[in-house]
Amino acid sequence: MPEILKRKKALSVSPLKASQTIGAALAFLGFHRSIPMLHGSQGCTAFGKVFFVRHFREPIPLQTTAMDQVSTVMGSEDSVIEGLKTIAEKNNPSLLGVPTTGLSETQGSDVNMAVSGFRKKYPQFDAIPVVPVSTPDYSGCLESGFAKALEAIIDTLVPLADDAGTIPGKRRRQINVLVGSFLTPGDLEELKDIIEAFGLRPVLIPDLSDSLDGHLDSDDFSPLTIGGTDVSELLTLGDSVATLVVGDSLHNAADKLKQRTGVDDYRFEHLMGLEATDRLIQALHEISGEPVPYKLERQRAQLQDAMLDTHFMLGMARFAIAGDPDLLVALSQMMAGVGGEIVTAVSPVNARSLKQVMADRVKIGDLEDLEQMASDNKAELLITNSHGVESALRLGIPLLRAGFPQYDTLGGYQKNWIAYRGARQLLFELANILLTLEKGEIHPYQSIYAQKTDFREHLI
Amino acid sequence: MKQKDIAALLDEPACAHNKKSKSGCAKPKPGATAGGCAFDGAQIALLPIADVAHIVHGSIACAGSSWDNRGTRSSGSRLFRIGMTTDMTEQDVIMGRGEKRLFHSIKQAVENYHPAAVFVYNTCVPALIGDDIEAVCKAAAERWGTPVVPVDAAGFYGTKNLGNRIAGESMVKYVCGTREPDALPESVQSETKKIHDVNLIGEYNIAGELWHVLPLLDELGLRVLCTLSGDARYREVQSMHRSEANMMVCSKAMINVARKLQDAFGSPWFEGSFYGVGDVSQALRDFARLIDDADLSERTETLIQREETLINEKLSPWREKLKGKKVLLYTGGVKSWSVIAALQDLGMEVVATGTKKSTEDDKARIRELMGRDAVMLEDGNPRALINIVRENDVDILIAGGRNMYTALKARIPFLDINQEREFGYAGYTGMVELARQMVLTIESPIWSAVRQPATWHVAGDSKAVVNEEINHA
Repeated sequence: MPEILKRKKALSVSPLKASQTIGAALAFLGFHRSIPMLHGSQGCTAFGKVFFVRHFREPIPLQTTAMDQVSTVMGSEDSVIEGLKTIAEKNNPSLLGVPTTGLSETQGSDVNMAVSGFRKKYPQFDAIPVVPVSTPDYSGCLESGFAKALEAIIDTLVPLADDAGTIPGKRRRQINVLVGSFLTPGDLEELKDIIEAFGLRPVLIPDLSDSLDGHLDSDDFSPLTIGGTDVSELLTLGDSVATLVVGDSLHNAADKLKQRTGVDDYRFEHLMGLEATDRLIQALHEISGEPVPYKLERQRAQLQDAMLDTHFMLGMARFAIAGDPDLLVALSQMMAGVGGEIVTAVSPVNARSLKQVMADRVKIGDLEDLEQMASDNKAELLITNSHGVESALRLGIPLLRAGFPQYDTLGGYQKNWIAYRGARQLLFELANILLTLEKGEIHPYQSIYAQKTDFREHLI
Repeated sequence: MKQKDIAALLDEPACAHNKKSKSGCAKPKPGATAGGCAFDGAQIALLPIADVAHIVHGSIACAGSSWDNRGTRSSGSRLFRIGMTTDMTEQDVIMGRGEKRLFHSIKQAVENYHPAAVFVYNTCVPALIGDDIEAVCKAAAERWGTPVVPVDAAGFYGTKNLGNRIAGESMVKYVCGTREPDALPESVQSETKKIHDVNLIGEYNIAGELWHVLPLLDELGLRVLCTLSGDARYREVQSMHRSEANMMVCSKAMINVARKLQDAFGSPWFEGSFYGVGDVSQALRDFARLIDDADLSERTETLIQREETLINEKLSPWREKLKGKKVLLYTGGVKSWSVIAALQDLGMEVVATGTKKSTEDDKARIRELMGRDAVMLEDGNPRALINIVRENDVDILIAGGRNMYTALKARIPFLDINQEREFGYAGYTGMVELARQMVLTIESPIWSAVRQPATWHVAGDSKAVVNEEINHA
C-alpha cells in the first residue's frame, strides 16, 4: 500500500486539478438533450467550456446563472429560477443539471430551495427534470464532481423499486453500467461492444460515447446535447439483471443505485489490462449465461502476445504518472503488470482508491510536484494531461497524454485503453515511445588516436 | 567468381574447421537450411564501413530485403545507412544492360553522395548473366576518381560464412595497404608510453558496444588503426597492414583477413572476445603478450585489476538476482563459449549450448567450462530448443533474434544476443547491461499472466471464486 504524501506547500504550481464543477457538468453531458447550468459567475462556465471544446472538438451545451454583484450579495436563488425558466422555455431540455460552484456555495446559495421555487412558479415545466448538485471547486476534483452528479441524478431520477414496481431481472437482457469520468468515449464504445457481444443491452450512466464521441449529426445546431443516455431509461434501471460499476469513485453512486433498485452489482476499479478485463468478461459470462465469444478469446490472446512483445521495452521502464485517482490506479496497475516501475505518482486529491496505486508513494499535488519527483526519481516517461507538455520538455522526456484536458492534440477523447484491445493499443503506444528513447544507447566515443575525421558528438 | 577461387577461400589453413568436422562450411541441405547466403555474409561484414557507398548490383530482392537492418553504429558518417541498389529490370537482364546500369549507378552515387569509396556487391542474377563487375569497377574508378571496390559474392557461391571471407578477401586485395597510417599527432605522444597500432577484425560495433572498449585501449596506448568493420572508415581500412597485433573478435568469419595480413605484413593475431569480465581482461592481456612490451603488460595488469574491482562491485546486486538461474544458450561460433564464461561469471547455470558453427577448438573450450557432459546442440530447431527448456526448467533462452518469437510464443523469457539487438554487451560495462536485460525479462510479471488460462476455462467452481473476487462491494 503506498504512502500518501499530503500537500505541504502554499502555492499550487502548474495545477493538475480540474474542478468538481466541471466534472459534474461532464456527467450531465452524457445524457440526451441535456444541458448543465453552472451556478456561479459566468466565468466558471466560460473557462470550463473552453477546455471542453478544445478537448472534444465539439460545441458544448453549457449555461450559467451568471451571478453578479447584486445576486452575490442579495441572494442568488432568483438567478437560478430565472436561468432554469429561460432554458426550459427556449430549449425544452430532457435534463437540466445545476452544479454549484465555489462562489454559490460560499455565498450559501440554497439551490434546492431555488428549484422548489422554480417548480412553484413555473408548473408548466414540471416535466423537465432538474438535478442540482453541490460541487464547490474548493474540494474534490473532476472525478469526484462527476461522481457526485451521478449520485444526484440517481437520487433524483431513479425511482425506488417499491414505488415504481421494478423487479431486478425483469428485463433479462438489460444491464446497468455506471461509468466513471476516467473512461473516454472511445473506452465506452468498446465497453458497449463487449457487453453486446454477450447478448446484453447496456444502459450506460452516463453515455459520453453517444454524445461526445465526435460524430457528425444530421441536425445542424442544437443548444442541447445530441445523443447520450435517454433520461427515460433511468426509470427502468430497477428492472435490469445486474449493474456494472467501473471506478471506485462511483462507490457512493453505486450504493445509492443498489439501495434504490435492489439490482446486484459487480464493481471494478478499472478495466485496463489482462487481469481487470478477465474479471469483466467472467462477470458478463455469468450474468448472461452465454459462452465467451470467440472474438474476445482472440483479443485476449492478442493482448497476451503484445505483453510478450513489449515487455522488453516496458520492463523496468520508469513512469511518472499524474491524474485523478481512478485513472492513476488503472494506469499504475497496468504498467506494473508488464514490469514497469511507477517511480512517481501524483493525484490532485486524496481518495480511498489511492491505496490501490502501484507505487511506493502517492503525492497529493500538482504538476510541479510531478516534475520535481519525476526528475529526482529519473523517470523516463511522463503520463498526464496536456498541461504536462512543458514539464516534459524541461525534463527532456516524452509525454503520453492521458486524462482531462487534452487540448493540444486531436482525438484524445476517442482513445481506447480499456479491455483487451485497448490495453494492447496502449502497450504498443508505450513501447514505441520508449523505443524512441534509445535506451541502452551507448554514447559515441572518439578514440584519441582515431584516424577518423568525421566524428559527431551528437548523432542526429 | 571462379570455382577454384571459391575453393581457395574455403580452404582456410588458419581455420580449425579445416582439420576436422567442417560444420561451419558444410554444404547447405535443401529443405532444411537456415541462415544467409554469400551475398548476405559479404554485405553484413562490410556494411558498417560508414563513409562508403554500398551499391548492391542486382535485382531488388537482395538489397530491398536487407538494407538498413543492422544494429551497427557509426560515430560520424551515416552514408552506410542509405540503401543503394541497381534494382535491375527484366530489360537489363535480357538486353545485357546490367554493366551499363552499374556504371551509371556508381557515377550517381559518387556525384550525389561524395563517398570515400564505392563498394559494389555482386549478386546472383548479374553473376549468372556474366556481368564483369571487376572491369566495371575498374573503369568507374578511373572515370570518376573515387576508389570502387568489387565484392564478388553472389548468393549461390555458398553460405553466409563464405560471404564473410569473400568480403575480407576483397578488403585485403583491393584496400589494405593503399595508404600509410596517419602520423600520430604530437598531442597524444608520450615519452613514457609507447603507442602501438592494432586492428580489431570481426568487431561490428553492435549498438555501439565497441565504445565500451575503446576507452580502455586508449588508456593503454593501443591505437586501433581499423575495426573491421564496426564504425570503420575507408581510410582506416587502407592502413590496416601496419598493425603490430590483430584481434579476431568473436568470430572466425574473417579469419582469412588475419592470416593474410600475417602472411603479407607479419602482424601476429589472436582470437578473443569482449563478452564477459574474464574475456575482456584476457583480450587485453593477449594484446600485451603479442606486442611484447613489458611496460604495456604492466600497465595492462593495473588497468585490469582496477576495472575488475569496479565492475564486480556494480555487478553484485545483479549477481544476487541471477544466481542459480538456468540458461539455454543457442548461438554460433566463438560466442558459444565466450558467453558461457560471462554467464557463469554471473552465477548462472548454462544448461546447454548451441554448437552449430563451433569448431573442435570451440567445443573443447565448452567442455572445459561446462564439464565433460556438456549438452551441445548441433541442430537448434525450435521444437528441440523448447523441449530442452521444458525438460530442464530453463529460466531464460539466449539466442539470435530469429529465435525470439519462438521463445515468446512458448512463453519463455528471452535475450537477443545477435547483431540486430539494441543493447551493447561488450566490455566490462556491457556486462551490467547484459545482467540488467536478463533480470528484466526473467523477473517480468507478464509470465504468470500469459501462462494463466482464462477463468471461464478453468473447470470446477471458478464462478464462486471469481464472484468473491470481483464482488468486493
